[in-house]
Amino acid sequence: MHGYTSRSLKIDLSAKTSEIIATPSSLAEQFIGGRGLGIALIGKRISLDYDAAGMPLIFSSGPLVATEAPTSGRSTVISRSPLTGTIADCSVGGRFGTELKRAGFDFIEITGTSDRWVMVTIEDLAVTISDAAHLEGKNVTGVRDLLGPEGSNAVIGLAGERQARYSSIVFDGHYLAGRGGIGAVMGAKRLKAIKIKGTLPVSVADSAGLKEAREEIMRLLRASQAIFGELGISEFGTAALVDLIHARRMEPTGNFKKTFYDASSSYSGYTLRQCYQTKKTGCRGCPILCKKVGNKGEVMPEYETVSHFGALNFNNDAAAIVEANRLCNEYGLDTISAAATLSCYAELENRVLSPQEMLDIIAEIGGMTTYRGRLLSQGSYRYAQAAGRPEASMSVKGLELPAYDPRGAYGMALAYATSNRGGCHLRAYPISHEILRKPVATDRFSFEGKARIIRIAEDMNAVIDSLTACKFVFFAASLEEYARAVSAVTGRTYDMQSLLKTGERIYVLERYLNSLNGFTSADDDLPKRFFIEEGSSSPNIIVKPLNRQEFLSARSNYYRIRGYDAHGLPTEALMERLGLGQYL
Amino acid sequence: MKRLIDKYTGKLTHQGLAGAENITLLCLDAEVTANRPLTEVNPELLRVFDLMNINALLYAEPEEPYKSIIRHLATREKDRLIPNDCENRTFLHDIPIISDLSADTLSRVLSRRKAAIVGAQGIISFGTVSPEQAFVSFSSVCFSTFVKFFTDVMFHLENLNAGKLQRDIALLEAYEEIIKFIQPAFPACDAISKNPPQNESEVVRQMIVAGKELVERRLVDSNFGNISYTFGDNIYISQTGSSLDELETCIDAVPLDGSSSSGITASSELSAHICIFRKTGMRAILHGHPRFTVIMSMSCRKDWCDLSTCYSSCSQDRSVSGIPIVSGEIGTGPSGLFRTVPEAMAKNRAVVVFGHGIFSAGIDSFGPAFELMQSVEKSFILEYFNKIRGLI
Ligand SMILES: [Zn+2]
Repeated sequence: MHGYTSRSLKIDLSAKTSEIIATPSSLAEQFIGGRGLGIALIGKRISLDYDAAGMPLIFSSGPLVATEAPTSGRSTVISRSPLTGTIADCSVGGRFGTELKRAGFDFIEITGTSDRWVMVTIEDLAVTISDAAHLEGKNVTGVRDLLGPEGSNAVIGLAGERQARYSSIVFDGHYLAGRGGIGAVMGAKRLKAIKIKGTLPVSVADSAGLKEAREEIMRLLRASQAIFGELGISEFGTAALVDLIHARRMEPTGNFKKTFYDASSSYSGYTLRQCYQTKKTGCRGCPILCKKVGNKGEVMPEYETVSHFGALNFNNDAAAIVEANRLCNEYGLDTISAAATLSCYAELENRVLSPQEMLDIIAEIGGMTTYRGRLLSQGSYRYAQAAGRPEASMSVKGLELPAYDPRGAYGMALAYATSNRGGCHLRAYPISHEILRKPVATDRFSFEGKARIIRIAEDMNAVIDSLTACKFVFFAASLEEYARAVSAVTGRTYDMQSLLKTGERIYVLERYLNSLNGFTSADDDLPKRFFIEEGSSSPNIIVKPLNRQEFLSARSNYYRIRGYDAHGLPTEALMERLGLGQYL
Repeated sequence: MKRLIDKYTGKLTHQGLAGAENITLLCLDAEVTANRPLTEVNPELLRVFDLMNINALLYAEPEEPYKSIIRHLATREKDRLIPNDCENRTFLHDIPIISDLSADTLSRVLSRRKAAIVGAQGIISFGTVSPEQAFVSFSSVCFSTFVKFFTDVMFHLENLNAGKLQRDIALLEAYEEIIKFIQPAFPACDAISKNPPQNESEVVRQMIVAGKELVERRLVDSNFGNISYTFGDNIYISQTGSSLDELETCIDAVPLDGSSSSGITASSELSAHICIFRKTGMRAILHGHPRFTVIMSMSCRKDWCDLSTCYSSCSQDRSVSGIPIVSGEIGTGPSGLFRTVPEAMAKNRAVVVFGHGIFSAGIDSFGPAFELMQSVEKSFILEYFNKIRGLI
């Protein structure tokens, strides 16, 4: 199999054993790699508790990884979410995917629970499971200092160790497998770190074809204002979106009570660049380099992070935002959930947190050192529920919403509701057409046509996460060009529609696996606030509450288009048609 | 979806791309909506929705001259067309040619490319987000085949005169037929102001008018081109993927000092516009792809030229009718046109980009920029036909 190493690794932490297995070629064919392969591997084990010994934690690369294809350095981590109880998968940047594949493996499946803290070291097919007592109780930098600079590493900080429900796995210091609390799965297994290094070659079926596909993609990237333009994310990182989302009046402010924060220019992409003299860095194999680092090595936060530690918490102190981001990277905490849980806390406490208090609470959550920290480490939903105010948790399926107010982008509203991992913007990323005008613009204040648009985009992003490529490229290129790349790499013939079919298979399987844990259409809903409170309008932009009836009608159209039944569940016929019969 | 269907069938007819009776535009959300009763729609077109994960499908037989052009090109090339113009090499890559409207064939080719030519007479295209994508692809095929046909004739005659190949009788016969549809003259335009705007809303209004006129006069196609005006501390510029004839809500104000990135949605040629203003002080800038400007920009081809690199880099100083032709790719890459055009604009108020289009500028109003673009296209049309006459 070109594009695959054909070998994968199984690790059992209970027995402290490892085994090299052949990558199941039928699964690779059906699910490609990354997210799809990981979901398929977990299968029915999804109904185990996240901290059960049998629950797998999977690190998966994809066929494009470690090849010449642009943005091919990514990998995916897959398990069950401790925060939402849904499937959890995180596409992650950095060097890990490349090293994993060069070390000779398509994926690693980790099961079992160790009786003491351990770490795993992998170097060119050789695997060691060793004692990690010396790493216990350390945060990310402390662990990384002891691991040394070579290769790539995946580490949990104190938050993962102590199983905060939105703890992350931190790759290479500042790339987070962020959402859904997958760090706690690693913590439950008492696995503190993975260190990986590879030098083996990766085979490509048709290098000339790949080069051509690469050139097609690069031409489109260079022609893209959003990516390589003066104001694009290559220059400013995703924080470039601060000004735009502000101007569109859909900036979640004060726990989503408002959609406009007058001080957001104090932490815009431009301001961060001026203040921190940022330079570019990024994932292995990426021409865009969207990550920004200040001249003293400060890691600049992503758009979601600046906006949520900013507007969502009424905070205009850029230094505090950068520090909040650093703390989250150190403890290994999802920044979106952390910031949104803070704003929920502030709403219930009926006050605004000062920048210093915000930072203090993050440390309490990350270390679970105080009662308040432990309470808030459970996420906004459990916290607000316990306080008798569940409606103050601005989340879907328990996953805190990111920094695009759904009242300002109706496709986003629907996509938050239907997302298989809860309130996530990346499953369908309608911001692309509703705000960024890519591939063309749609009417952001209308549900018209959105049901099918969301369904197609969900399928597409499931493929992208399985290839594994970066979503930003798709502001400029499309599956048309990536089909050529993956065909050249694997020697199999893919086109846009065959890839979308695979995406559909992945998405429906995820939905089915969620249904095994009791998820139904009742969970595909938004917090009440969006249907009864209006946003912050300007004379030109009116931000009304969402119309409940229109939302429900778009959602039922979506179920129909997907081939789900009235409860939003995949029918047997659909499962069979997609070749998913064996999961029934 | 009905609103969008009406909008894009309207644009197809209004821009002379296809007659209303020859258009089938289908949109799918939970149900199919069409511009005609579903009973009148070819069932094979409807069946494409079963085979493809898309939400819009457009099939139409184009109007002349595109009709004759695609008939000729599709008969000659059989398999696929490779555009000669730069934008469509990037955007369409190539245009497959298929023989019939069967759903299986359509889904096979449309799974690989954005549009295809069917049965040497129609064009099929689709969208996954909006019928606008289908419209843009359709319009791109019309533009691209037009440019390809006339450049092919020119290159053929050049090679013929150099004794390098046999006379292509079919091509030259088709040429005689097709030129009957070409109108060399453009109606005069006095809607565009020659007076500088005095305030922000006047800036926006003048941009809207200028954009509309460019399309109304058939000087450029609506989806290809951009327009800017520098006023105060901002450059006002059309947004990426906006239609020049509907700029009402599609103009971004971008601070020249870079202090806001809300203009991340601006035209992909933002950098070129800013650089032109900085280099020349010209406030009103138009960019578009008039057909013969694009065609003639490729006429300087020397023996040693490799057409595949002329777009991005060329060491020659080239001009046609005294208008400089420069190389440069779209966007901000290392061979981006924002590195070549502003330099050349310092000496000329109009500069043509090889195989792509033209930038023209006015000191403080769009009137002169518009006239310049129009007069360059007019003189390139004359130049083209003179050249062909000479070669024949
Ligand atoms: Zn252009």
